[in-house]
Amino acid sequence: MEQYRIDPSKGLEFGLYTLGDHLPDPHSGERISAQTRLNEIIELSQLAEQAGLDFFSVGESHQEYFTTQAHSVVLSAIAQATEKIKIASSSTIISTLDPVRAFEDFATVDLISNGRTEIVAGRASRIGNFELLGYPLRDYEELYEEKFELLNLINQQEEVTWQGKHRAPLNQARVIPRPKHGSLPIWRAVGGSPSSAVKAGFAGVPMFMAHLGGPASVFKRTVDAYRDAAKQAGHNPDELPVATAGFFYAAESSQQALQDLYPHINEGMKKTNGQGFPKQNFAQGADPQNVMNIGSPQQIIEKILYQHELYGHQRYIAQMDFGGMPFDKLKRNIDLIGSEILPAIRKYTKQ
Amino acid sequence: MKVVALSGSIVGSKTRTAMDYTMASIEKQYSEIETTLIDLKDYDIQFSDGRHYLDYPSDTKYVTQTIMEADAIIIGTPIFQASIPATLKNIFDLLPVDAFRDKVVGMLATAGSAKHYLILEQQLKSILGYMKAQIVQSYVFIEEIDFDQKQIVNDDVLARIDRLVEDTIILSETYQQIKQSKEDQYDF
Repeated sequence: MEQYRIDPSKGLEFGLYTLGDHLPDPHSGERISAQTRLNEIIELSQLAEQAGLDFFSVGESHQEYFTTQAHSVVLSAIAQATEKIKIASSSTIISTLDPVRAFEDFATVDLISNGRTEIVAGRASRIGNFELLGYPLRDYEELYEEKFELLNLINQQEEVTWQGKHRAPLNQARVIPRPKHGSLPIWRAVGGSPSSAVKAGFAGVPMFMAHLGGPASVFKRTVDAYRDAAKQAGHNPDELPVATAGFFYAAESSQQALQDLYPHINEGMKKTNGQGFPKQNFAQGADPQNVMNIGSPQQIIEKILYQHELYGHQRYIAQMDFGGMPFDKLKRNIDLIGSEILPAIRKYTKQ
Repeated sequence: MKVVALSGSIVGSKTRTAMDYTMASIEKQYSEIETTLIDLKDYDIQFSDGRHYLDYPSDTKYVTQTIMEADAIIIGTPIFQASIPATLKNIFDLLPVDAFRDKVVGMLATAGSAKHYLILEQQLKSILGYMKAQIVQSYVFIEEIDFDQKQIVNDDVLARIDRLVEDTIILSETYQQIKQSKEDQYDF
């Protein structure tokens, strides 16, 4: 775990992630400017740090209603604005980037942040980036696998000789600057299905697993598939961290949490995805065994501990800013995390 | 309420003829309902390549989006090689797995042989069920002999289409009411 800068003796890491969505507040129909949204994301990372959270990450999406396309630039500002918190992408769509350029960016952010930077590399669930950046969609899988492999290679060795299909060959190329500690933790983003988790396991890279909703036990299969594949390929699963990522919202009661959050998720998904979130499924989100961490601080603590018992993961990342959630509500959530949720989680998960 | 009548083939005229009558029947019985006829013959639709439906361009996006925004859908299809045509299956492949959640779907088939009667029962219903549709269980099955000069010449077929329209609309209205009263209980 050391290689990935994770210290299990401190317990489960707790972080926040944003997809960088830029959606109207469903109650007012108003949308803040892209500039305000970006500044609020940077401020959110500072508040997360002040509350003692371990991690903060920003996603890359080239769809309408998003605003952190240049996510490494945003992370650079966050690197400057914070001092201790780990920072990362969630995710970098490596398929449509040049791995050399992406590594240069993140190694630079790592130096600015004094060695706090990580990369989570994904394939994108939506494909706006392919057309915009000029990549054929038919190479969707191949682009990702090849570029993810090259990114890891550059991470492992300063001088690279490489040949592939989707990028000009590298001949004893030196990719600099190097990160502060020589390399960066690079995670494979997994959408929750076991088939993608297996690839992460075979490659022996850490897994960053996103989940929308449903019983927590369903995602246990994905975690198991990941560790089984890692073992099969000769890697030690005990050395490979797992992170889970999903919806989070804390309020005085679970009823209040559902009331506060639902319109944002439902209307936000309608705009970005065409379909809302069914109320019936959302209501089940409050269930103690459901993977969505929605409820009172005490209920959320119990849920996260239950998930930790199931998955044995090293990091949980909360998404609470989707769908135009007002900033004062985000602040209130960070207060609850820092004052009630984090201390309990650390107390019960530290080794 | 939004109703889409989907004519699922780019071959022949019988299904379109039946769908034209279906549209007329909706307008006659429920003039307040917003209806859209989509005849796949009028659109240039690409094969599904796995992307999200909103990421397709032009006609493909228009057709999928129109279907996704409907409250009720009446699908008309011919039977080819003892199955639904590829053009119609492609529409299903373009949509998300739960595309028909909270939607009521009625069906009619035109066929050259009575031997094809159970195709909708055995093939179309299982697809619609997988995609979470509320299915109108009785469908209309129309044979070659019921058509002449691009008209339906069997009054019984016209009466059955009228009933299919009525069943689809009533089921959709009822389903919306049930869903609403259930959602009201959630208090969020």
